[in-house]
Amino acid sequence: MAVASISVKETPLVLYALRRADDALILGHRLSEWCGHAPMLEEDMALANMALDLIGQSRELYSYAGKVEDAGNDEDRLAYLRDVRQYRNVLLVEQPNGDFAHTIIRQFLYSAFADLYWREMMSSSDATLAAIAAKSEKETAYHLRHSSEWVIRLGDGTDESNRRAQDALEDLWAFTGELFHVDDAERSLIAEGVVIDPERLRSAWTATINDVVQTATLMVPARDWMQKGGRSGNHSEHLGHLLSELQSLQRSFPGATW
Amino acid sequence: MVIAADQDRDLRAAAWTAAAQVVDPEIPVLTIADLGVLRKIAVVDGRVEVTITPTYSGCPAMNMIALEIELALAREGIAKPVITTVLSPAWTTDWMSDEGRRKLKDYGIAPPQPGGGRRALFGEQQVACPQCGSTDTEVLSEFGSTSCKALWRCKSCREPFDYFKCH
Repeated sequence: MAVASISVKETPLVLYALRRADDALILGHRLSEWCGHAPMLEEDMALANMALDLIGQSRELYSYAGKVEDAGNDEDRLAYLRDVRQYRNVLLVEQPNGDFAHTIIRQFLYSAFADLYWREMMSSSDATLAAIAAKSEKETAYHLRHSSEWVIRLGDGTDESNRRAQDALEDLWAFTGELFHVDDAERSLIAEGVVIDPERLRSAWTATINDVVQTATLMVPARDWMQKGGRSGNHSEHLGHLLSELQSLQRSFPGATW
Repeated sequence: MVIAADQDRDLRAAAWTAAAQVVDPEIPVLTIADLGVLRKIAVVDGRVEVTITPTYSGCPAMNMIALEIELALAREGIAKPVITTVLSPAWTTDWMSDEGRRKLKDYGIAPPQPGGGRRALFGEQQVACPQCGSTDTEVLSEFGSTSCKALWRCKSCREPFDYFKCH
């Protein structure tokens, strides 16, 4: 690695924007890994399109984080020059693509949350965050619809597709609790009305999950134990590998453009 | 002062005329004015400020559009405009002009239905085939060749067609 990582002064608002930006970038990158490999052409386009939306959302959030931090870090530096422990995304989005069922279940669990989240965030007292939320909400609604339809098709499909979808749900379920995680930094923003308390969304999120999962003839895992750590930089082994690919060009050829 | 105000008004009008002719690189029959991507042009201290808004967050055409605006203004002798991208209010297909909808249909892309938003997204959609006009159509793929389109097929004339998604 030819370029050292930057340091970021994580005030509550900078940290907040980075967390949401990292969620979108990492999930977008994961989806982009399917490009040229999806099980059918339509799905290749769909996954790449959703990746594009998410990476677009991350760019807005990184730019805002850089602006608020006001230390010369732009979207590119924040994405390419932070190391794995500096990433703040939830563990769910960094989980490997696995089979198509894993990718779809991961997308569904995330989109069911993000759809509610961005819609509520449109009322943020922070004009930039409210604008990003209004943009993201429309896109996320598509992602939720698309992934929900696939969950139903896979669950209510063949024995094998049902088994694979259920396996994915079991594998990823423990990462859903972190979607609702807040810490002191975020609580201060909630108190100021800058961001919403995700706890408010839990019953609506659970209702969406139950509805789609039951329609799909799948079962919501009964386990309550939840894994967390991504918001404070404690990641699964998968994120480092992802970043090594995502960052290799800028690390080797600093400031490279095309 | 009066003369300065007149100059600003003329400059603004010339800049708008030039910028409004820039076409979307991915749907070249539509101008950015037809699409509603061109939001505002102002003249501040003699300098032209252009405001644009993306259709989708990740729309890769935005950089290209900004460059094309700069070139279009340069051809009119207007140098170094400030081009700003805003997200709010969020772009909606309702901003597409009637002229834009007509051009899309002639080009073979079914235009977005007015009054988009969540209801259109989650309710039943009825999209007319841009070739034969039949509403006996079906969706082939929710996502198409660009962020803003889906792929549909007409069951009457059997032609596949792009549908500009409601948003």
